[in-house]
Amino acid sequence: MIDNIAIKIDDLTVAYDYKPVLWDIDLVIPEGVLMAIVGPNGAGKSTLIKSILGIIKPIAGSVQIFGKPYQKQVSKVAYVPQKGSVDWDFPTTALDVVIMGTYGSLGWIKRPGQKEKKAALEALEKVGMLEFKTRQISKLSGGQQQRVFLARALVQDASIYLMDEPFQGVDATTEKAIINILKELRQAGKTLIVVHHDLQTVPEYFDWVTFLNVKGIASGPVKDILNDDNLTKTYGINYKVAVNK
Amino acid sequence: MELIDFFTDYTLRTITLGTAILGAICGMLGSFAVLRKQSLLGDAISHAALPGIAISFLITGVKDANYILLGALISGLVGTFWIKGIVKRTRLKSDTALGLILSLFFGFGMLLLTFIQKMPNANQAGLDKYLFGQAATLMEEDVWVMAIVTGVSLIVLLLFWKELKLLLFDADYTKTLGFNTRFLDILITTFIVLAIVLGLQTVGVVLMSAMLLAPAAAARQWTNSLGVMVVLAAIFGAFSGVLGTAISASQNNLSTGPVIVLVAASFVIVSFIFSPGRGLLFREIRFRRSRRELHLKKTLTFMYHIVKTHKNISHPHAIGILNNFQGFTKKTLTKLEKQQFIKIEEDQWAMTAKGYEEAASMYNQIGNDND
Repeated sequence: MIDNIAIKIDDLTVAYDYKPVLWDIDLVIPEGVLMAIVGPNGAGKSTLIKSILGIIKPIAGSVQIFGKPYQKQVSKVAYVPQKGSVDWDFPTTALDVVIMGTYGSLGWIKRPGQKEKKAALEALEKVGMLEFKTRQISKLSGGQQQRVFLARALVQDASIYLMDEPFQGVDATTEKAIINILKELRQAGKTLIVVHHDLQTVPEYFDWVTFLNVKGIASGPVKDILNDDNLTKTYGINYKVAVNK
Repeated sequence: MELIDFFTDYTLRTITLGTAILGAICGMLGSFAVLRKQSLLGDAISHAALPGIAISFLITGVKDANYILLGALISGLVGTFWIKGIVKRTRLKSDTALGLILSLFFGFGMLLLTFIQKMPNANQAGLDKYLFGQAATLMEEDVWVMAIVTGVSLIVLLLFWKELKLLLFDADYTKTLGFNTRFLDILITTFIVLAIVLGLQTVGVVLMSAMLLAPAAAARQWTNSLGVMVVLAAIFGAFSGVLGTAISASQNNLSTGPVIVLVAASFVIVSFIFSPGRGLLFREIRFRRSRRELHLKKTLTFMYHIVKTHKNISHPHAIGILNNFQGFTKKTLTKLEKQQFIKIEEDQWAMTAKGYEEAASMYNQIGNDND
């Protein structure tokens, strides 16, 4: 039995045009897990995250965050989008982007002040980016941009963190640095949901995993459900080739 | 026309003030259009306003600038939200939707204009001025309307600065923080449409989008801060207005709108070439300088390999042994000597302690891939 449920998804179906991207997903994510969402390209991993966040409207089903709809729990959820989803040539600095994480708690019209700046600087320090605070964001490397996005989510000081491929295009050092921060957050009782691509690191990084391929295949503790059966169901018969390449 | 007339002539003063305000509001709001990658939206909006101008005349039967403005505004807004609707509901990409609405509305507008011209109504003369604009028709009350709209849009921008900035950078994220992105989108789009409609009388349907884009594109080159960019774009826009009006007033019969647009375009050209951070000129200079620097360092590392074999690092060597190294030129040697990395005596060179240190640290940075 699960005591505290962070996210509960019932009968979620999402479609672009006529093609279903997510089909009848039922998912219960307990509080305090560090969970990977794995599945092949086009499995609907990003869509699942965006549906949880209310960015995409499902055609059926519901998502509950701590028992309430997302719109009522905005302050409890932080989001790290895919790095490629924004234009990094935007005229702004790393610090400025991180301060954006405080906009939600500020609400409409009110401007960020010293308190918000301090929080942003702390978050930058945590991800090891303090020295780049005044740098124009287009002059940051891919890994540094990813860290800035992570810092922006950290500033939100949420209970649930949803991350869309935070390891995409980052080097091994940055990957380790990021996963350490994620593990720290889990220690602090936060719930983390991460779209992940590298099956081999799943047991090392995560304690919970969801297999997804349009339909929900399986979800549970990594040690219980990371097996050939589920991998084959998710990736098809050739998954071993993909993993061992 | 003498320069002094420029300050004393009432009509000219009104026109100059009008074009300056118009340039400022267009630059300001244009920054948002450019950063949202909706540069072409301005073009579509201004063309979409044409049928509104004609219909407004057909209904009222008079050529009142305010009614015409209202007609243009409504038809511009309809066009804009149709474009957004098409992108959202169909598989068509935004450039297709823009082109479709632009030509559809413009074509319909032209049809109505020719229909109006055939009407036995003396009033209709001059409606086609909206195609290329005629600054000379600007009246004091038109300038007042521009000033008020500019003031209101400034207040709105300041009020929702944080939210609009976030929307520009990361719209999805804005939504997840609980902000109503649809409201923000409608807000900024409405003001962009307003700015365009205000400029139709002066610059005209065809060239209006340049007023929106040119100052913003020029401003982007000079700064990496959104706030500075918006202010700069407003200044560039205002200057284009003033300069354009002055040039066209001093040369008889030069149409004001096109001259303003050309002045704005020259701001863009100058900015693209001469801005220090992003300009083509300084980029090329930086590129060449770093290439020379690299060349120098390569020579120094090669010398380091030779020097390393001796106990005394400052042991002199013949310049001749550098000959089998392609990067070596007399010029690089002189430069290295200038930086006190080596000493040259006749046909021999010797590395200094400073040079050795530099080369060693560089060698460690690059790694041993030369070995």
